[in-house]
Amino acid sequence: MSLDPATVRRIARLARIHLDEAEVPRLQDELNSILGWIEQLNELDVADIAPLTGPAQMALKMREDRVTDGGIRDAILANAPDRAGEFFVVPKVVE
Amino acid sequence: MSYVIEGSTGAWEVVIGLEVHAQVVSQAKLFSGAATAFGAEPNTQVSFVDAAFPGMLPVINRECVAQAVRTGLGLGAHINLVSRFDRKNYFYADLPPGYQISQYQHPIVGAGVIEIELGDGSTKSIGVTRLHLEQDAGKSLHDQHPTKSYIDLNRAGVALMEIVSEPDLRSPEEAGAYLRKLRTILRYLGTCDGNMEEGSMRADVNVSVRRHGEPFRTRCEVKNVNSVRFVMQAIEVEARRQVEIWEAGGAVDQETRLFDAARGITRSMRSKEEAHDYRYFPDPDLLPLVLDEAWVATLKAALPELPDAKRRRFMDEYGLPFYDSAVLVAEQATADFYETIARGRDAKLAANWVMGDLFAALNRTGRTIETSPVSAAALGALLDLMADNTINGRIAKEVFEAMVDTGEAPGAIVERKGLRQVTDTAAIDEAVTAVLAANPEKLAEYRSGKEKLFGFFVGQVMKAMAGKGNPALVNAALKRQLG
Repeated sequence: MSLDPATVRRIARLARIHLDEAEVPRLQDELNSILGWIEQLNELDVADIAPLTGPAQMALKMREDRVTDGGIRDAILANAPDRAGEFFVVPKVVE
Repeated sequence: MSYVIEGSTGAWEVVIGLEVHAQVVSQAKLFSGAATAFGAEPNTQVSFVDAAFPGMLPVINRECVAQAVRTGLGLGAHINLVSRFDRKNYFYADLPPGYQISQYQHPIVGAGVIEIELGDGSTKSIGVTRLHLEQDAGKSLHDQHPTKSYIDLNRAGVALMEIVSEPDLRSPEEAGAYLRKLRTILRYLGTCDGNMEEGSMRADVNVSVRRHGEPFRTRCEVKNVNSVRFVMQAIEVEARRQVEIWEAGGAVDQETRLFDAARGITRSMRSKEEAHDYRYFPDPDLLPLVLDEAWVATLKAALPELPDAKRRRFMDEYGLPFYDSAVLVAEQATADFYETIARGRDAKLAANWVMGDLFAALNRTGRTIETSPVSAAALGALLDLMADNTINGRIAKEVFEAMVDTGEAPGAIVERKGLRQVTDTAAIDEAVTAVLAANPEKLAEYRSGKEKLFGFFVGQVMKAMAGKGNPALVNAALKRQLG
């Protein structure tokens, strides 16, 4: 598998990363070499092995349905780039 | 009668599938301990997990899982004992992590079925493809500032069940019936409050059109429609739009659209190029969700009687027609109210009173069954007064109105207003004699064969007795004297 320049630009846009056109060939090379490295996994025969979500052979731990958090608005908003009173503020996004 | 859209080149069938997002009833959020209550001050029900602060890890809420399982069981669906959470990646200001935790390839609930009831009394089975758990996003307010959007994350991370139907629906009416039925089931189960105004239930509507007998054509998804009425309208306008495109020789593009209720149109929402490129992958923060079969069985054993079963029981146990049963079971509170009255009484009469006088009174007073001005016990007592001949049916209506107005017990109203039915045959005979004497012309007409005047005489006698005569005795006395 190898990525063409259009796919590299598309991945960048989906990730909201600005790319100068000059950067595309370098990133294309880097991504392709990463993909090539990952593709070595395809050499393994996993036909009889169940898919694995994580390395730990255990199930998800569950929590009781109790309110134990929240009520910390100032801490939540402390790092907001912009805020107005009790809200986060962002550039207008309207569909 | 099947629903079709008549185009300029012939009839078109509409194919509809619904994805319903139902907010799970729980105290805390799906993966954090912040509260879920509606209407709190902005950003006060947000944990560091919900705001996606670095290093914060999700821990799943057992009750949210239980609610999804209960819902699956209520839909007669397959429960997947092993399911998995995936990240659905997209950027939006009210989604702090840049992804929604959802279930893509391995949902917690598989295929099920919902039986819908249509206006002509028929029923139809609609397939449910799957149900999965996912997080809700926050809320954006766009009208607070000319160039800025304000973000409230209280809703971010609240558990949702996405319930996906098969493309089995064929008309706006069927889609409406499906939504209402699903809402009823969820409310019975207590897994979603079904409150569409507060956004507890929202629907994405997939619509396509085709000629009868054709395979499916390209569909469009109309996002985030928040009432049954709007869903029905959106289907109609979107189907018409597609018919016009096909008939003009064009092709419908698969895309996401928005329903503009004010203008009665749907419009394109996202550029097609980037639509649905969510780059799902298993969430590395979460292990597989593995359910204990015995736990699922415990949840199943504790399920309440569901609407379809209750409707069948009402038909068998109380001898009610399909329609009455369906109306009475639509809300559990109504069904309970009805049963309190019907037990040990005339069940059909009880149904008539609940669906007639009581519903009318609730409408008029703006109350619900839960806040009814007349309790089930009081309405039952009124029926008892009719059954033991203390009052007749006409007086009962008058007593009922007084009960609605004053909240007084029916027996007290009857005594206070002196409405007790007259069963004294001498008094009734006296009234009959007086009425016949006062209407000699009508009497002559009756005797010359105009027998339908009998009803006139009954009315006059009842009027003379202020409505309190026992109708059977009045009839008998009239027959005797006219005889």
